Amino acid sequence: MRVPLSWLREYTDLPEGTSARSLAARLIEAGLEVETVESVGAGITGPLVAGRVLEIEELTGFKKPIRFCRVDVGAANGTGEPQGIVCGARNFAEGDLVVVALPGAELPGGFAIGARTTYGRMSEGMICSASELELWEDHAGIIVLDPGTAEPGADAFGFLPLREDVLDIAVTPDRGYALSVRGVARDAAALYGTAFRDPAEAVDVTAAAGGGHPVELDPELCPRFVLRTARGFDPAAPTPVWMKRRLALCGVRPVSLAVDITNYVMMELGQPLHAWDGERLQGALRVRAGRKGESLETIDHVKRNLDPDDIVIADDRGPVGIGGVMGGADTEVGEDTRHVVIEAGHFDEARIARTSRRHQLSSEASRRFERGVDAALQLRAATRAAGLLAELGGAHVEPGYTEAGPGTEPGPVALDAAHPGRVAGVDYPRAAVVHRLEQVGCAVRADGDALTVTPPSWRPDLTDPNDLAEEVVRLEGYANIPSVTPRAPAGRGLTPSQRTRRAVGRALAASGHDEVLCYPFVGERDLEGLQIEAGDPRRTCVRLANPLNEDEPLLRTTLLPGLLKTLVRNVGRGMPDVALYETGPVYLPREGAPERAPLPGVDRAPTAEEREALDAALPDQPLRAATVLAGRREPAGWWGQGREASWADAVESAREVARAARVELVVRAARYAPWHPGRCAALYAVTGGGEVLVGYAGELHPRVVKAYGLPPRTVAMEIGLDPLLEASAPPAAPRVSSYPVAIQDVALVVGQDVPAGQVESALRSGAGELLEDVRLFDVFTGEQVGEGRKSLAYTLRLRAGDRTLTAEEAAAVRDAAVAAAAERTGAVLRG
Amino acid sequence: MSAPNNSYDPVEVTPLHPDEVAQMLDAALAAIAAADSLEALKEAKAAHAGDRSPLALANREIGALPPAARAEAGKRVGGARKRVGQALKDRQAELEEERDRRALTEEAVDVTLPTGRAPRGARHPITTVAERMTDIFVAMGFEVAEGPEVEAEWYNFDALNFLPDHPARTMQDTFFVQAPSGGESGQVLRTHTSPVQVRALLARELPVYVVAPGTTFRTDELDATHTPVFHQLEGLVVDEGITMAHLRGAIDAFVESMFGGGLKTRFRASYFPFTEPSAEVDMECFVCRGASVGDPDRPCRTCSSEGWIEIGGCGVVNPRVLTAAGVDTDRYSGWAFGLGIERTLMFAHGVEDMHDMVEGDIRFTSAFGMEI
Repeated sequence: MRVPLSWLREYTDLPEGTSARSLAARLIEAGLEVETVESVGAGITGPLVAGRVLEIEELTGFKKPIRFCRVDVGAANGTGEPQGIVCGARNFAEGDLVVVALPGAELPGGFAIGARTTYGRMSEGMICSASELELWEDHAGIIVLDPGTAEPGADAFGFLPLREDVLDIAVTPDRGYALSVRGVARDAAALYGTAFRDPAEAVDVTAAAGGGHPVELDPELCPRFVLRTARGFDPAAPTPVWMKRRLALCGVRPVSLAVDITNYVMMELGQPLHAWDGERLQGALRVRAGRKGESLETIDHVKRNLDPDDIVIADDRGPVGIGGVMGGADTEVGEDTRHVVIEAGHFDEARIARTSRRHQLSSEASRRFERGVDAALQLRAATRAAGLLAELGGAHVEPGYTEAGPGTEPGPVALDAAHPGRVAGVDYPRAAVVHRLEQVGCAVRADGDALTVTPPSWRPDLTDPNDLAEEVVRLEGYANIPSVTPRAPAGRGLTPSQRTRRAVGRALAASGHDEVLCYPFVGERDLEGLQIEAGDPRRTCVRLANPLNEDEPLLRTTLLPGLLKTLVRNVGRGMPDVALYETGPVYLPREGAPERAPLPGVDRAPTAEEREALDAALPDQPLRAATVLAGRREPAGWWGQGREASWADAVESAREVARAARVELVVRAARYAPWHPGRCAALYAVTGGGEVLVGYAGELHPRVVKAYGLPPRTVAMEIGLDPLLEASAPPAAPRVSSYPVAIQDVALVVGQDVPAGQVESALRSGAGELLEDVRLFDVFTGEQVGEGRKSLAYTLRLRAGDRTLTAEEAAAVRDAAVAAAAERTGAVLRG
Repeated sequence: MSAPNNSYDPVEVTPLHPDEVAQMLDAALAAIAAADSLEALKEAKAAHAGDRSPLALANREIGALPPAARAEAGKRVGGARKRVGQALKDRQAELEEERDRRALTEEAVDVTLPTGRAPRGARHPITTVAERMTDIFVAMGFEVAEGPEVEAEWYNFDALNFLPDHPARTMQDTFFVQAPSGGESGQVLRTHTSPVQVRALLARELPVYVVAPGTTFRTDELDATHTPVFHQLEGLVVDEGITMAHLRGAIDAFVESMFGGGLKTRFRASYFPFTEPSAEVDMECFVCRGASVGDPDRPCRTCSSEGWIEIGGCGVVNPRVLTAAGVDTDRYSGWAFGLGIERTLMFAHGVEDMHDMVEGDIRFTSAFGMEI
């Protein structure tokens, strides 16, 4: 809502010297968010005067018709002689009163006026248009002032509202009343403690209803509907300068007098109005629900199919308007309208909101109805508009009028006078509470501290004690609320799961991965690029109804697409060595989930069953961690060549995650998209209940590398965090033995296909408790070990907790380990 | 020890003559001083202090002297040998030090060479700022609550007093989840972390003091100041006797911890369906502290010369929300806030463009390291 300050000042006398900025600051604290304070016309400096066109000479021979005018500017030019001015506009005649910028004047945008030769004549100034003076948008020509506005030579600042401060207020949804100058002025008056003169009260509505245009009303849709008729309106009557100017300052384009009046009254009082051409209406106006198959072309020339949920205004022929949103094109006032019917309705808020959304049609009217319009204002607003039609357009207002519907009365709210103070933590005297509530228009009946508060018709938002508390607190000033540190009971800190998640992130970062936070939006192409087959569960995604990007309407079922694209972006920006990680949820639709999440009531807590049903509808959203690596894992430098990232780094990143979560990880070969079939590890967490598959790691399939444009041999890992967090146990202290170590090296020859992990686990189980650590230090293939075989060399670190191991004992452990390896993997001790 | 040599005249033994001993000593000292390496010194030691050295031989002759003469001769030779020994030791130390100095000089390296062989990583500053913000409240006794990102409309809207057709519901630019059939699913990408309020109240015993950091979604296109995926820190207190003064106290404590002491905060009345009264929270600009307001010569980029920085929204929990969460509104009241994590990061660390936070450029992330 744009509020010109001079308009606001008509309804309350702000203290002397109150600047627009200081008013804005007060309003902001009180909940009217003034986004800007605009000084319109600040860029205009004189001399700018009234002039009478004495003589017009048409210049020919130019691309467009040009006039050379002799203009009487009185004594303003210092000579008293007529001023010669070249002008391109044609909407004026000799004798007209115009606005002249004399040499030395400056117009908005730093446009300096001087005397110069143009079109072969000396032009000493400019005849101004409304746009050039930032008065209102008008490209039809220059301003022709009403006769008698001023004498030639009179300073234009004296008779034109050239400079104006305008507050632009972003009105919150609860404060519909502030979508009018009336409403903002009332708050300003309350904040400054000045008297408020209600412009609605100034309208005379003493005459009894009856005799107006006939109406049939569904009061469910529209509790109050008023029609007032003005006949004999002069459709050619111009809108006066002051009204055009105010509308322009409010951001409304002047159209024609009848339309401008409805807009003006809406800005003034907050009641949306519609002006019908009475000649074009046939029979009674019916306010009813829309019917299937009905349609209407609205005044914006869009044909709209109406819905049974729309509020329709219809005459004998059918719909002529969408109530509270927009009128029909056929029945709107036009260039020949002499019979104007002004409509002021109070439409059902929720229906207007739905209609506005359904038709994607947000109008000045619908915005106000959605936020709540003064329920008692309709007759006053229609009467005010009809009066203006008479005053400015020569119409006469019919004394009879239509006022239909029961109206709505705000219900009283019981309020403990101490409640606002309890909410704010400030001790407000009862008198202050009552005073503030009365300032916003409430009627307050006090019985001791028990207040019965009846909100005014323009505050449908005031329904609960806390609503009333807010009014008291904001007018008393939020600045008065003291700062008291809350004293929470002793908290338990982060949960083990929360701590472990932080540890996982730190472990991945500490091992050289950079964290990224990718958008979760993906498209089919991303999943195809990962070579995930059509039937794979990862192709079943949560779909957005309104994605930002039509190519990415799905939510991720794997963290990899975002990470891989981010990797490509980094490589593209000249950083070829990249190791990234992300931790976050994936979104997996649940099989058998209900089509729609339930909507329990809100007048009580949902039952346990209802809560279960709510959660059952939601997709599973397990947490994952994933890494992608390309380029060098260790940099080249003066120390050597560095090292390319390989499948092993991907597996190691999984081990980092598992270590941070204190879960043992078992690795096995696997084939799984998007990984290279020969370089893919399945990751199993060792839990109390056995081994659980938690993820995969390895080198990406070459087709994935190609699809995503990745560097060759890019590697990746993705692991589920939830099972790790579940399996995570507090660390158990080891018994650190100080007895001497016994080292045994063994080299085992096994088949080429035997996984090293299997040999190691056999060694471990064979060696038993005396084995402290086992380390694979060499893998060798070659003639010496035979075709299709490989040699694995291990160091076994043995130690006992209670004695020094003898050579015999150490050898026995080694032999047992080797025997287990031989039995399980066919390993042969290498001579 | 060798036996007395009977072939000598026991009275006149030449090597024990004072002149002879002095000569031997001079020769020994000269040789030691002349030794210019540890090897040369070793030779000098063998020649002048070894078993076959003149002084050692002279020492053997002492036994041949008459008892009366032995003491003096012994003193003379012993003194000489001691001086030789000391000289050797001193020279040895000198030469060793010289050798070490030379060796360490030769081993010198260029310590300005790059040293970073291990790959370096970093956590995203949104993560670390969120943790820091969270920890400020954890230190006050709050716990951390959580909720899903794909959320039921009931939690995201209805339970938070967003009426079905109220404009507030459409104002939030919601991503809606489509049901498999193509219809409405009753689910959204949560538009704020506030549904965690309801989940926390339903799941926990009162009183509740929680914060909930999390990812939130709105259908804004990415630009310098907007991103469709962003992060909030929700705060919720429900207890007996809770007022807006406690809300202000919590916000003030946060601002002091995060941005430093002495910064004023400001509440502006606002509207959120789930709080009543509601407020937007501003803090004094920690760069200009208001000095840039109305002073075109000292513009402040941090606050756009407004003097205030908006850090979030807050208010008294609307009793309707408490009702939907099963809380006895006669006994309990509470407050809630939502702080923007991106905004906090932008202000606290001078991030100027939202793109930097979402693009995942490692140059940006690595500047923030492990903690913030």
